[in-house]
Amino acid sequence: MIEVHGLTKRYGRTVAVDDLHFSVRKGEILGFLGPNGAGKTTTMRVLTGFLPPTLGKVTVAGYDVMQDPLEVKRRTGYLPETPPLYTDMRVDEMLAFAGRIKGVPRRDLKERIEQAAEKAAISDVRSKIVGHLSKGYRQRVGMAAALIHNPEVLVLDEPTAGLDPKQIIETRRLIKSLAGDHTIILSTHILPEAAHTCGRVMIINAGKLVAEDTPANLTARLQGYETMKLLVEGPEAAARERLSRVIGVSQVSAIPADDGRVEFSVQMAKGRDSRKELARSIVESGWGLLELRPVGLSLEDIFLKLTTTDEAEESAGSPETEGNE
Amino acid sequence: MRNIWTIARKEMNAYFRSPIAYIVMTVFAVIFGFFFYSILSLFMRQVFAQAQYAQMYGQMPPMNVNEMVIRPLLMNVSVVSLFLVPMITMRLFAEEKKTGTIELLMTSPVTDLQLIFGKFLAAFMLYAVLLGLTLPCILALFRYGNPDWRPLLAGYLGQLLIGSCFLSFGLLLSTFTRNQLVAGSLTFGFFLILWVLDWTSEYSSSQVGQIASYLSLTTHIENFSKGVIDLKDAVYYLSVIGLGLFLTARSVEYQRWRA
Repeated sequence: MIEVHGLTKRYGRTVAVDDLHFSVRKGEILGFLGPNGAGKTTTMRVLTGFLPPTLGKVTVAGYDVMQDPLEVKRRTGYLPETPPLYTDMRVDEMLAFAGRIKGVPRRDLKERIEQAAEKAAISDVRSKIVGHLSKGYRQRVGMAAALIHNPEVLVLDEPTAGLDPKQIIETRRLIKSLAGDHTIILSTHILPEAAHTCGRVMIINAGKLVAEDTPANLTARLQGYETMKLLVEGPEAAARERLSRVIGVSQVSAIPADDGRVEFSVQMAKGRDSRKELARSIVESGWGLLELRPVGLSLEDIFLKLTTTDEAEESAGSPETEGNE
Repeated sequence: MRNIWTIARKEMNAYFRSPIAYIVMTVFAVIFGFFFYSILSLFMRQVFAQAQYAQMYGQMPPMNVNEMVIRPLLMNVSVVSLFLVPMITMRLFAEEKKTGTIELLMTSPVTDLQLIFGKFLAAFMLYAVLLGLTLPCILALFRYGNPDWRPLLAGYLGQLLIGSCFLSFGLLLSTFTRNQLVAGSLTFGFFLILWVLDWTSEYSSSQVGQIASYLSLTTHIENFSKGVIDLKDAVYYLSVIGLGLFLTARSVEYQRWRA
């Protein structure tokens, strides 16, 4: 449904998207994950024909975004991060305008507005002025506007940003229910979001593809190790040396804290409980072990792990994962 | 065609939903009313003076309503619209950029030209409504006098043309920025310069002055206001409108690539 080959987008000298390749099958939900500024929005804007790519070939529903932009736009519904709504219109008027501009035939317009409003659960506010609605409702009006022409492809840029937990669940349910009929790309920087809704996740950072898999596989692949946090009172270098000699430990990083204390983050093979060995190694050296706790690897850690590995490996010893607050 | 109309209708609704249309209409009506009153009373004084003259010498020189009322009135209308058009055009693109709704338009199956024509059409319709506000006064002249309607028609055609020139350049300047105030100020400043070009031509007979005079929008309205439709003037206005819209299209396209 969507084919992206060697997509590159530069803004002046800044490279926003760097040689990206991917494809999305019909009816699939693809999650686009990455920190802010990773190039998610830029990629989505290229897919929807809002921005021309600097290099590369992008086809949506068989049409090239550069050669047949109108055909692509006819088949694409786009919900940008801030829903593009005319705040002085009523919800009904807004949807009617969106429908007309997307080329919904006049005789179908009323029915389409009704369906879209129902799907996005905004039937109760249809006569209200868009500008008077809450953020959550506006988001949903934006969703209804993106759905109005029943597009084959839906591109949703952070569809749940700024919603309350109940609305988030509803939106996820809506997105899931739309899969099958529609091919969906959604972006988010919240991992559980992707894990909940997407069949496949692509993690991008600094414009490059970092990983691509199902959420479950991604988690399994990356959870091959466990992390322990230790707060030690003692010399940093010696303690690091001692800790890295414990069996199963693959990596040790340290963050010096106040009063001669050091916080170590120790990575070790999964399934091997080495807490006793770790504790013994510190205590037997005569240093103070103030704290020892296992840190479960959350999706956030995976995400950070994937998106920050380069820097962390280059400057070994610097704190690597700080995902767990 | 349908897309153009969809956009024009949306813009028209936006004008009348916000106070802007009413403000522009009120200001225009008040200023036009003032001009109408002062030009008409001057005319009346002249008529009385001429009538006294006629009583003494037995001959009444011809008094032409078209020439002495409608023509100066229409000349003034073009100057007033020069001040009001920025208020009409400044929001057209700047507002869409500011609120992000440009993303909706740019990701819809609408060409740049359809978008531009739609917006231009809406601004043109509002401008036509402004001109329509002058009709009651003009019709009153028909009630009490006997003006010729053909030069009047030419005069209004001229106003529509010069107004469209203003609108097309206002539209262009609105694409340059996301700030309505900046767009409005740019447009206003640009029009002022055009207007001033006309003054310089009056006290300079050099070639530069002649070129300036030819380029000035207001010079070409004179024939129309007299009731003369000169092909040269019509072509001039149509070219300026075309140029404004062409540059708007270029600007929209350029910003898509640069953004």
